[in-house]
Amino acid sequence: MKRIQTIETRDLKKSVETGGCGECQTSCQSACKTSCGVANQQCEKCMEQK
Amino acid sequence: MVHQYKLGGYNIVLDVFSGAVHAVDEVAYDAIALYETHTKDEIQTELSEKYADDGVTKEDIAEVLCDIEQLKADGKLFTEDVYADHAFDFKNRNTVIKALCLHVAHTCNLNCSYCFAAQGKYHGERALMSFETGKRALDFLVENSGTRKNLEVDFFGGEPLMNFEVVKQLVAYARSMEKEAGKNFRFTLTTNGVLLNDEVTEFANRECHNVVLSLDGRKEVHDRLRKTVNGEGSYDLIVPKFQDFVKKRGNRGYYVRGTYTKYNLDFTNDIFHMADLGFTELSMEPVVSAPDDPYALSEADLPTLYLQYEILAEEMLRRRREGHPFTFYHYMIDLTGGPCIYKRISGCGSGTEYLAVTPWGDLYPCHQFVGEEKYRLGDIWNGITNPAVQQEFKLCNAYAREDCRDCWAKLYCSGGCAANAYHATGSVTGVYELGCQLFKKRMECAIMLKVAEALDKAAEA
Repeated sequence: MKRIQTIETRDLKKSVETGGCGECQTSCQSACKTSCGVANQQCEKCMEQK
Repeated sequence: MVHQYKLGGYNIVLDVFSGAVHAVDEVAYDAIALYETHTKDEIQTELSEKYADDGVTKEDIAEVLCDIEQLKADGKLFTEDVYADHAFDFKNRNTVIKALCLHVAHTCNLNCSYCFAAQGKYHGERALMSFETGKRALDFLVENSGTRKNLEVDFFGGEPLMNFEVVKQLVAYARSMEKEAGKNFRFTLTTNGVLLNDEVTEFANRECHNVVLSLDGRKEVHDRLRKTVNGEGSYDLIVPKFQDFVKKRGNRGYYVRGTYTKYNLDFTNDIFHMADLGFTELSMEPVVSAPDDPYALSEADLPTLYLQYEILAEEMLRRRREGHPFTFYHYMIDLTGGPCIYKRISGCGSGTEYLAVTPWGDLYPCHQFVGEEKYRLGDIWNGITNPAVQQEFKLCNAYAREDCRDCWAKLYCSGGCAANAYHATGSVTGVYELGCQLFKKRMECAIMLKVAEALDKAAEA
């Protein structure tokens, strides 16, 4: 596409089928402790596959 | 739902429900903005007139509209929200406890003015956790973790190194049962550095998956609020220790973590100072405080803070391109390997998957609720005896708040921190508006950095 560049991302809709294993880190354990979100967490399965 | 913004010289389009991210030119940016509210003819006419001087024709606009339709058909633009009806089921699914914040020391050797833990005491008595209590907490975690393999334990306080002997004993105990229990413990130590020495360094580098080192940045900023019990600044005491620690840590995980307040609204200078000290894994958090605290952040500070986050992102981009990058916790975002939709809806797991344990073995939804008696969930001997509170947290998710319904960022924050919401509004399902605004800005910056990285790579290829 000439005017649109799509960045590679995980398809959230597909993750309905593949996600939910619960092995991922609990958000607040790592660094923030006061203002957490989930966006900067990683998927444990994806990390294993990399 | 689509979110569009311009930052760092990029035009960014985020498709909220698929997670797709697009970098577009001005024409496509405008076409996407008009797509759902105008006819194709209207868009062609409006944009061909607007961009006539650039030689853009109606045919060019038609081509862009065709691309938009293709992306929509591919599920990468204007994706419908297919999660709303399932959100409560996602969060209400059977979960196990997978992380504990062990408050091994409700006491501290610093006297930081802004401490949400009230100088480590959490508004209660000073106390150290005994080995027996800690051991029972680890057993409780294993017993309640189901088939989950990786278990997280954070040694927290107060200052956990004031109870280092128990920390060592607990790690040894956990390691002794890992194999038989089929578990893998990941330990985090959060410390102010005062008691950091060679023994602690060797221990932490051997046993701790992550270490969080508290430093607020520039000496004058750090020393203003992070004082010793004698009222002296602690910067000179801890910075050489942190530098030595990080040097010996190699490539294992750590964060140098600061708190910014009204006193250092130019907090990017503190982050750059940390980087200049040689630290590369950095975190800087807005202070959690009552609105009438002298150092509290307010809505009036937002324009300044937005600019600071933009300055930070652009400087990080510059340093990365020059080959000396650093990581900022809130700009870490993995677009290909980030959390699945269950995690994005469920959030941090406080009160359900993650609990805090006091020195006496009481259980709370997270470290920020410790001392709030009505949020006491039970204890490590009798388990959860206050299921109503746990249920309240179980239903706390990205779709639980009316205010979040039309927010583009809800699948990045999961509705926000329950403790922040509680302290700001009195309800865990309330909305901490200032926190939301800062979070959204940080996400825009984080995604911009990923766009820049992807386009840089594409240009190099």
